Parts: sequence; C-alpha cells; structure tokens
Amino acid sequence: MPSENTPSPAGTPAESTETRAAGAELIRFERVSKRFGDNVVLDNLEFSVDAGKHVTLIGPSGSGKTTILRLLMTLLKPDEGEIVVDGDHLFHERRGDKLVPAGERHVREVRKKIGMVFQQFNLFPNMRVLRNITEAPVHVLGMPKDEAEQRARELLDLVGLTEHMDKYPVQLSGGQQQRVAIARALAMRPQVLLLDEVTSALDPELVAGVLDVLRDIAHTTDITMLCVTHEMGFARDISDTVLMFNEGRVIESGSPEKMFNDPDNERTREFLSAVL
Amino acid sequence: MSSGIFYEWFLPGVWITIQVTVYSAALAGLVAFVVGIARTHRLWIVRFVSGTYFEIFRGTSALVFMLWMAFAFPLMFGWQFVPMYAGVLALGLTYGAYGSEIVRGSLQSVSAAQREAGIALSFTRGQRLRRIELPQAWPEMVPPFNNLLIELLKGTALVSVISVADMTFAAGLSRLATNESAPAYVLLLFSYFVIAFVLTRIMRAVERKAKAGIGQGGGGKGRFRGLLALKLSPEGEMRQAKTGTAGGQG
Amino acid sequence: MNWDWSVVEDFMPSFWDGVLVTLQALALGSLIAFALGLVWAMAQRSHRKWISWPVTAVTEFIRNTPLLVQLFFLFYVVPTFGPSMSPLVTGVIGLGLHYSTYTAEVYRAGIDGVPVGQWEAATALSLPRRRTWTSVILPQAIRRVIPALGNYVVAMLKDSPMIAVIGAFEMLGEARAFSNLTFTFEAYTVVGIAFILIAYPASLLLRALERRLAQ
Repeated sequence: MPSENTPSPAGTPAESTETRAAGAELIRFERVSKRFGDNVVLDNLEFSVDAGKHVTLIGPSGSGKTTILRLLMTLLKPDEGEIVVDGDHLFHERRGDKLVPAGERHVREVRKKIGMVFQQFNLFPNMRVLRNITEAPVHVLGMPKDEAEQRARELLDLVGLTEHMDKYPVQLSGGQQQRVAIARALAMRPQVLLLDEVTSALDPELVAGVLDVLRDIAHTTDITMLCVTHEMGFARDISDTVLMFNEGRVIESGSPEKMFNDPDNERTREFLSAVL
Repeated sequence: MSSGIFYEWFLPGVWITIQVTVYSAALAGLVAFVVGIARTHRLWIVRFVSGTYFEIFRGTSALVFMLWMAFAFPLMFGWQFVPMYAGVLALGLTYGAYGSEIVRGSLQSVSAAQREAGIALSFTRGQRLRRIELPQAWPEMVPPFNNLLIELLKGTALVSVISVADMTFAAGLSRLATNESAPAYVLLLFSYFVIAFVLTRIMRAVERKAKAGIGQGGGGKGRFRGLLALKLSPEGEMRQAKTGTAGGQG
Repeated sequence: MNWDWSVVEDFMPSFWDGVLVTLQALALGSLIAFALGLVWAMAQRSHRKWISWPVTAVTEFIRNTPLLVQLFFLFYVVPTFGPSMSPLVTGVIGLGLHYSTYTAEVYRAGIDGVPVGQWEAATALSLPRRRTWTSVILPQAIRRVIPALGNYVVAMLKDSPMIAVIGAFEMLGEARAFSNLTFTFEAYTVVGIAFILIAYPASLLLRALERRLAQ
C-alpha cells in the first residue's frame, strides 16, 4: 500500500507535453451518437473537457459512460459526430483541405495523448511487471531502454510496488495489478488519463490502495482525468466537474459540491440517493 | 533382418526418417504461422486466400498428394522433384495447413481485452501481434503442436511409398530379401515409438518453458498426462479432432 | 501440360470401383473404431490397474506408430502366427484399430466433460455402477462426442489410400495401377480432387451437425 506521503511523482505525467494554459479545451465531443443495434447508447452527445481538469462521469449502468471512454480510446467508432482531442480530429484527418476518414497512423498519433486504465487491468501476462511498463515507451515512443526502465522504476515507486517489478502479473493481487496498470498508462506520458471503473473488479479491501494512488496523481500532477466510477467518495475528492448521464445524454453537470449536495435534476437526485 | 540390411539400409533409414521429419516439421511450422496469421488478417481477401489454402490441403490425403507430386507432377510439368523433397513438400504443406488451425485458434483465444490494452498503448497491429498476441498464444499452441508433430512423424512413413529409403522402406526390403517379416516390422514399430517418445519429451520441455514465460511454472493445470501424446482437456480434445478435418472459420 | 479427357474417361470405371472399396473400408473401419474406442476408454478408466495399465500402454503404442507400418504388420507378420486375411479385411481392421485409439480419447474427453455433479447425483441415488454408466454418463457423453467422431471419420477417409499398399484397390490403388499401365497423370489428379470433393462437404456437414447438437 502506498502511504499517504508517497514521494511526490518526480516529473510524472504530462510534464513533457508542451505546457498549455490551464483551461484550454483538450477534448470535445461533437454531436456524437453511438448505437448498438437498436439500442441508442449515446444520443447527439456534446461536451468538452479542459486541460488539467478532472471530470467524473456518473449515472446508472447502461447510460453510456464507459462507451465514452472506449470511443476516446478508439476501441469503438462513433456512428455519427466527431471527437476532437487537442485540436485534432480523432476519426478524421485533413488531407489537402478535405477531411477524410483517419488512417491507422493518424489515429495512433492522436491516441498517444490518451492513456487508459481498464476495469480488468489487462496487464500483459507474458511480460514481467517492469516490462509491462517499458514495452510501449520503448517500442511506440522509441525511448531508450535505460531511460524507460529508469522511468518505470520511478512510477513503480509512485504506486508503491518497487519490490514487485520482477514478478509476473499473475503473481500479484488484483489491487497490485491495477496499480501496475496505472503506472503503465502513465509511462506513456499521456495528457489524458481515462479511468474505466478501475476499482470495480477489486476485492473491497484492495480498493483503498488504488484510490490513494489515483488521488495522489490527481493532486500532484496536471494530467487531465476522465473517470467513470461508482466510488462517490473518490469522485467528490478528485473531481472538478461531475457529469450525470442518463439515456445517452448529459442531464446535469456541476461541481461535486453542488452535484452531491444539491442537484437540480430529479433523476440525479434519485440516482445519488440510491448509491450514496 | 540380416545384419547387412540392418547396417546398410535400416540405420541410414532411421537417419532419413529423422531428416524428413525435421525438414517437413520446419516447413509445416512456417506454413502454419504464415497461413494461421493470415487467416486472422483484417482484409477479407487475405483471409479468403489463406482459408482456401487451408480447406484444400485439409481435404487432401497426404499420400495421394505425395504420389501426385512424385508421379503426376513430373508428367504434367516435365520437372521432377528429388523424391525426398517431394515427400517433404507434401508433408510440410499438408501438416502446415493443420497447424494453421492451431495458430489461428490460439490467436483468437487471446482475449479481446489484451488487444484493447495494446491499442490503448498505441502499439501498431504488427507490434500487437508480435509482442502481445503471439507470445500469449504460444503456450496454448505447444500441446496441440506436439500431437501434430507425432502425426507428422507417422506421416513420414508414407515417403517409403515413393521410394525414399526411410526405415519403413528398409523393413520392406528386409521382408523381400529374407522372407521373414516379423523381426523387421517389430523393430520398425518400436523405432517409431522411441522417436515419438523423444519428440514428446522435447515438446514437454518446450511447453514448460513457454508456461514459465507467462509466469505459470510447474505442471499444466487441468491437463491429463498420457504416456506420450499430450492428453488435452475435454475442449482441447474436441478442438484437436477438428483441426485435421472439420471446424474452420466457425 | 496437356490434359487429356479421354484418359479420364478410360479411368472412370476403375475409379468407381475404387470409390466403392474406399466407402466399404471407411464404413466398416468406422464401426470398429467407434466400438473399440469405447471399450478402450472405459478400460482406461477402470480402477483395476491390471486392466487400465496394459490397455493404456497398447493404445498409446498404436496411436504413436504409423498406420502404414501397422498395415504391413497385420498383412505380413500376423499370418505367420495367426489368421491370414484378405487385403480389404486387413485394411478395415488396420484403419479401425488405429482410429479406435483416437476415438478412445474423444470418448474420454466426452466422459470427463460430464459434470462431476452427475456422478455424485447417481451415487446419492445409490444407482449401481453399470446403471450409472448406461443411463446417466454415456448418454450425456455420446451426444457431445458425435461431431468429434465424425471428424475422425473424415480423417480416416484421408488415410484410407494407405490400404492400397497392401493391395486393397481403393481409389488411389486404382489410379496408381491405371497410371502405371498407361503412363498418364490424369488419374492421380482425378483422385486427388475427388478427396477434396468428398472431404470438404463432409466437413461442412459436420460443422452444421455440431452447431445443431450444441443447441
């Protein structure tokens, strides 16, 4: 377990990306719709996230929260609309003065700005912990191996798992695996970190350790976070903005104080009274 | 078996059998990976071509194909293979097709979540295949590959039919020369058994290493150990039955 | 390459003779393989070591040595101390015996696939052992092994040309005799294509059957 005063992450996320004025828009959903068969999961969704902000998506299951993260990660394609990341279209690219469907290379370039932590960790079972973290920086970013390992050690220190770096994922507990997955995502120095119900698959006693690490990252770095969670206490702690989803739309948004204490919308109130 | 035939035909025959096994296994392995990976390709035309290759060679009898290569092919195209290479080619192409089913199946059994994790880290398709999917699929492939290798070893006896002087050919010679067949064929059967045993030991070591490579040391879980052929789990056995025959892009 | 259809035409009568022999060998060989395989599978599970051990050893030996050599053994060696049989009968026994070691594994997998709870339920009801097998375990096991057994029939089809080497003239044997006589290549090609034409639809059929049984 990382203690409350884990060393502040020496040069952790987002520090390499050109510093932008806090508050500049980093992610924008433009009238995004997504259907699975007849089931409309996202309906003309519009919202944006400013750089450095921590945004939490809440809402009943099936309301499309996870779909948003998966679209951003290009694990899904929208049926309509476009997502803009740091000024670049995610699913289209400019060729001449026309927008054409994005090629693999363009998608990868834009995607490098985004990291994701999954509900089921998805560590690579064929690699030891250290290599799980260094693999992408070395082979995607072309970082020298020494540098990548040095950085991986720092990140493992941040998540409190330095002594486990030579183990295979199966030898770790769920909570430890999830902390490795967080380190792995941060190693790519993403501008945005997507957190998809990262504690849902954990045994209750392991949740706190993971949340502590994330809190630490939220409070000590300027990384943008987009977070789907059922941990309302955590959401209240780290969020700048909370978005309430229902049936594919944002029905209410606001500061955590407002949303959790005095929501305007009836559905929000019902939902929160059910989960809190 | 007379000692003359034993030293001049049988022992060299053992060596020929081993050579044919090794060469065809190498060719079959290459074909299995190329075709197996092609069958998971995102372009339908690649999947179609490789799938057709698989269906054709799965439908062919190795012996018929071998005889066709040895006798019909020269008459059709006026070009003749060295008999041993006709045999190696026929075995390698046929068993490679079976092997492609193993490769394809194992690749598909790598979970979608792993592919997604690879995408999330911006790996290219090629990098995902090489660094994530193939290494994870490999331990899955080894036990069925072992059984296929034993099948291939047994298949090498067919080269005697196209007059390649392997150990089966030598036993046939002995029968014709001495009019006594029992010792030759008993020796022959045991020779195949011993080679199969050695191959299985090697593949078990490979399997242990593959398992250790994903942090699962020790014996395989839920896998029954036979004397020789790796006994597969119930699902594995059903899949194996399909490898050589039906199944396909189900 | 000059393909001559008249050669094909000349070959056709012998081809059909060969098909008939192939189908006979396949049908009889399958029956032996299915029956004997079940015997092996149950014997291997026997709690009596003196039954399970020798049976396991023998089946492993048969499974790990070439069918071709076994056919030679049955045809040339067995008559020196036992009955001598016609090429076709030898071929049928060889195919059946060889593939029974494969079907035994299929049955084993099928039996292992029956949930442990079924054995426990049978014990709880004090069903006798024989009754447990015949009315609880085997009916459930057989259903799930049918597609796999079918697949081995197709595999046997592709190995059936081997019986030509001991003089049972199935398709390949006919083609070989014909080609040696006429010095032509068409017959081999016809037989090669015939195998694909039989095996491919058969595998499609098995796939459909499997989907059906899976429901």
